[in-house]
Amino acid sequence: MIAIDIIQRAAEDLMAKAAIEIPDDYLAGVEDMANTERGDLSAFVLRAMLENYVAAKEDRRAMCADTGVPRWYVKIGNDARMEGGPVALESTLRRATAKATHDVPLRPNRVHPLWRTDHNNNVGINAPEIEYSFEPDANWIDVTAVHKGGLFGTDYRMLFPGDGVEGIKRFFLDTLVAFGKRGLACQPAIVGIGLGGSKDTCMTLGKQAACLRVVGNRNPDPKIAALEEELKELGNSIGMGAMGFVGSSMVVDCHIEAGYTHTGGMPMSVHCFCLSSRRAVARIHADGRVETRTDPQWFTPYMRRETVEWESPETSLKKSG
Amino acid sequence: MGKPGDKLKKVRLTTPVSAEAIAKLEIGSVVTLDGCIYTGREGVYKRILDDGTTPPVDLAALSNVNFHCSPAAAVRDDGSYRVGAVTATASFRFAKWLPRWFEVSGARVIIGKGGMSAEDYKNIFVPAGAVYLTTVGYGTGALLGRGIKHVKAAHWLDDLGIAQAMWVFEVENFGPFLVESDLQGNSLFEQANAQIATGLKALYAGTRPAILSRYGETDERSDELI
Repeated sequence: MIAIDIIQRAAEDLMAKAAIEIPDDYLAGVEDMANTERGDLSAFVLRAMLENYVAAKEDRRAMCADTGVPRWYVKIGNDARMEGGPVALESTLRRATAKATHDVPLRPNRVHPLWRTDHNNNVGINAPEIEYSFEPDANWIDVTAVHKGGLFGTDYRMLFPGDGVEGIKRFFLDTLVAFGKRGLACQPAIVGIGLGGSKDTCMTLGKQAACLRVVGNRNPDPKIAALEEELKELGNSIGMGAMGFVGSSMVVDCHIEAGYTHTGGMPMSVHCFCLSSRRAVARIHADGRVETRTDPQWFTPYMRRETVEWESPETSLKKSG
Repeated sequence: MGKPGDKLKKVRLTTPVSAEAIAKLEIGSVVTLDGCIYTGREGVYKRILDDGTTPPVDLAALSNVNFHCSPAAAVRDDGSYRVGAVTATASFRFAKWLPRWFEVSGARVIIGKGGMSAEDYKNIFVPAGAVYLTTVGYGTGALLGRGIKHVKAAHWLDDLGIAQAMWVFEVENFGPFLVESDLQGNSLFEQANAQIATGLKALYAGTRPAILSRYGETDERSDELI
């Protein structure tokens, strides 16, 4: 049984870590871009951002004042048990959001869409989002905090099978050029693409692809992996860099997630994470140990299963042996 | 050989920024600021310009630098303020308030994210003798946070909330910013866009328009989308 106060402390810590510490994989990606960028203004911007990451860690200050819309991803092991159950878990994540907003401090961004009511704590109706996934043969809980901007750099379109890969490329370019101008997408960023699913799943998958996969990670489907590489190259050949200045730094990496979709459609979403891609993860074990990391390991083989029943890799190995 | 970006011109300004200093600014130069600045975005603009509420202080006497910003800040139990990171919000949404804002506030330097259109600069900024500085990144929240030496006031905090309140900051070596517009009404962003646009046709070669179009891709509302 995992004690709820352990989850609470871990979640508060994650809110601060996500806001302050640039993940290593993303930092390495931006450093590579800073070394190869030839555009004067774009290169200047990248170097300023690298300085900013250092300043944030030194001062224990958030990298960016725009907290975006802070949210949670929770992966629950099938054998994990939490004190108070899922309602207590949700309460504790909402409490951690409010407390960290005051303590870090983070900007309270969340307001009512019509009345603009601000509780000054990033908590409100349907906020923060908490998304769940599950993992077989595990007794831990993985909690991931993501702070992603909320205004620009994301778009959705219903494409059709006849649009093909050329249609995918077109919409990818449309989104990057449109939001890349003046740097509204806060590029260079990890770009996530959702392909397929129902409309809402398409958006969800694309956002998770941007926020929950690390730089260098590839989709296990080799053809999708090749498309990820191709789109990354395409995005970086627009001629645009950081803040929309002339350059080559747009896409630190490109991640695609697929979902089975309507037989007549090929919906697509594009999501730009930002120049301070903010994520932090903790695994909370059954014995109360907490291990933090920056790779959410969200898209497990179980998450991407396509069969009716699930057989764990261990089980199938035994059968084949 | 220097790295790309090393040769950008650097300028340090003190508030209130003089008309002479503003006139000398060249787009693409890197600016840092010393003195006093205040934040103001849609909440403040609506309240003063649309609702007719008197500004909480004599703005012209305070500073001529208006920052489109909401800090990551918190109010301590003793009522004092703690400011963490500071970054700008996208300014183009506020263009409609600016002609009157320049009159009412005396602001001559606007700092924000993403700039405004060159048309706005020519029609609104240049007649007011004002320029636009853009934050970098976006954003260098920690670097800008370091530049804030003191919170002088947070006006309308209770009514507008932390994000929309008018924060008055004493700043030192506050930056970096890039000069986005000058007194001729040029826009650094639009120059970049024009340059990048020349390569877009080749980039799009081989792609094709989506089978189903959307309104917005055509301005003609009677157009069929298929």
